[in-house]
Amino acid sequence: MRFLLLLAARSAWNRRLTLGMTLIAVALSVTLLLAVERVRLEARNSFAQSVSGTDLVVGARSSPVQLMLYAVFRIGEATNNIGWQSYRAIAGNPAVAWSIPLSLGDSHHGFPVLGTTAAYFEHFRYADSQALTLAAGKPFAELFDAVLGAEVAQRLGYRLGDSIVLNHGMGDVSLAEHADKPFKVVGILARTGTPVDRTVHVSLEAMEAIHLDWAGGAPLPGLSIPAEYVRKFDLTPKEITAVLVGLKSRAAVFKVQRQINNDTTEPLLAVLPGVALDQLWQVVGFAERTLLAVSAMVVAVGLAGLVAVVLASLGERRRELAILRSVGARPGEVFLLLSAEGLFITVLGALLGVALLALLTALLAPLAQAHFGLAFRARWVSADELRLLGAVVAVGLIASLAPGYRAYRLSLADGLTPRL
Amino acid sequence: MTEAVIEIEKLRFRWSAGDDFCLDIPSFAARAGERVFLYGPSGSGKSTLLGLLGGVLVPECGRLRLLGTELPRLQPSVRDRFRADHVGFLFQQFNLIPYLSVIDNVLLSCRFSGRRRARATAAGASLHAEARRLLKHLDLEESLHRREVTRLSVGQQQRVAAARALIGRPEIVIADEPTSALDAERQGAFLDLLARECAAAGSTLLFVSHDRRLAAGFDRELSLASISRTDVGQQAA
Ligand SMILES: Nc1ncnc2c1ncn2[C@@H]1O[C@H](COP(=O)(O)OP(=O)(O)OP(=O)(O)O)[C@@H](O)[C@H]1O
Ligand SMILES: [Mg+2]
Repeated sequence: MRFLLLLAARSAWNRRLTLGMTLIAVALSVTLLLAVERVRLEARNSFAQSVSGTDLVVGARSSPVQLMLYAVFRIGEATNNIGWQSYRAIAGNPAVAWSIPLSLGDSHHGFPVLGTTAAYFEHFRYADSQALTLAAGKPFAELFDAVLGAEVAQRLGYRLGDSIVLNHGMGDVSLAEHADKPFKVVGILARTGTPVDRTVHVSLEAMEAIHLDWAGGAPLPGLSIPAEYVRKFDLTPKEITAVLVGLKSRAAVFKVQRQINNDTTEPLLAVLPGVALDQLWQVVGFAERTLLAVSAMVVAVGLAGLVAVVLASLGERRRELAILRSVGARPGEVFLLLSAEGLFITVLGALLGVALLALLTALLAPLAQAHFGLAFRARWVSADELRLLGAVVAVGLIASLAPGYRAYRLSLADGLTPRL
Repeated sequence: MTEAVIEIEKLRFRWSAGDDFCLDIPSFAARAGERVFLYGPSGSGKSTLLGLLGGVLVPECGRLRLLGTELPRLQPSVRDRFRADHVGFLFQQFNLIPYLSVIDNVLLSCRFSGRRRARATAAGASLHAEARRLLKHLDLEESLHRREVTRLSVGQQQRVAAARALIGRPEIVIADEPTSALDAERQGAFLDLLARECAAAGSTLLFVSHDRRLAAGFDRELSLASISRTDVGQQAA
């Protein structure tokens, strides 16, 4: 038995070029499969962790999924805003314990800028009801103070006291800058693994102030209000983008939701974040499952290639098998010899795939963090991934039985004299 | 008279049920240590007979006894072990496994048989030493032992294969035209070596060929047609 395995290994080594290529194919397909699984898991995690403790998310009437996308994930833009009056009404609702107004639309080097109030630092929760904490500095107090998410500070290398300029609108490169009204970094939040990390936080009043002399996405020609004068204006916002609402009692959630949705002064939409996240996950989940299916298919292609290569080698190995038979190898041992080869390559491919994934994770984690906010940590293979690997090896084993069986039949038919 | 190592009685074999019998042997026997030369034209069933003796093929009826063991009665896997333990095979060409070293090719016979292993080391030497000794006896000097088998000449390859058939002193050595790829001079030298080593190991040698000129030096020479009553053999002969 041990000798047979040694023999299989030697034989495989003898054909290392062809087998090496199939090994690479299997390894790459396993890497792809595991990577997709990991992205899937990480996406779902950061999804579920992105908001917690908020009973309702309120925005202008659109779809719940869209509302969640811009209000929580800061992806895309709101088609409509909600009036300040509506916000006051919601905040004043006797069932409401706290509310966080959110005003979006500007950006800083591609990171979204969020106008909000001190309530954000006090009431916002993520993951398992964790509050935001400051890694350095304090919340904004002055008009042009800014508090940075951990990722923003790290990526752009900002420290407390640095001066930053916001861009009008979203997008990486924007020509329109609010250069006349720079902000001072007064606080940097601790990392949360949520979209908060990618956000620049300023006060609602500041949002209003930098847009005083703007209209429709461009500075008003001939009108420029210097930063030192803006305090003379009424900086109460006229519109905001969304509101996060916490209730005194969760039992009231459907009642308050109905009240808001039936508001006649403005078309509003209130959603339960849990329900909306599930809906959103179903949309994303479909793509994610498709991706997993495709990568499973790639693994199948890799294994099919492996079987084809092993089968093809049988032609030139018939003589070898006849020799082994003549020195006393049983047909069953010939079967084992050939099956071991496929299994061997599959297992090796799976291990190599894991190693490759570890390497890729190490190399690409910063990129994934920066571009998608997905936090990949170097870690051991999870139980789920082990199950996937197990499935790959099992399929590889079953597939390897094919050349084994063919060799078995051949060696029975050939006996001691190989036919070519 | 020493006892019979190979005994065949009323043996019949055909490849498939509808065919004529490929072999029909009323009786044949070979004594221990005997060197038998069996000849017959191509297609007469020589290799088929060797397959039967190796226990890879099973006769339709009749008796086939090797060392007193009724071979067809054994389980297929037991027959395979029996072959490993008691029979050394030598074929026409490409007898070696390309990815194994010369020594490992020789030792292949010992891998599937504890008995051959035990007999090879009975003199106290290690397996490797025994393999080297045999190779040297077959005129393959040490410098060739480490060479890749694919880079040996055909004659050298055949001598390595002979060492594999002989190691562990099997009772029976069966050679199926091992010299057909060699020139006349080499053929003679190879046959001498083979005969000498079989005698040293005490093995019965059954040598099969279509070329009668090689028969010199054997104890007995017979045509397949003379022991088998098949039409094919007789017509061809
Ligand atoms: N696997 C097989 N299936 C069916 N018929 C076979 C098979 N092998 C051999 N035969 C037939 O059996 C007969 C004897 O073949 P065999 O190989 O024993 O001849 P041979 O005497 O060894 O010939 P050669 O000298 O050419 O090696 C031939 O007619 C051949 O066609
Ligand atoms: Mg033949």
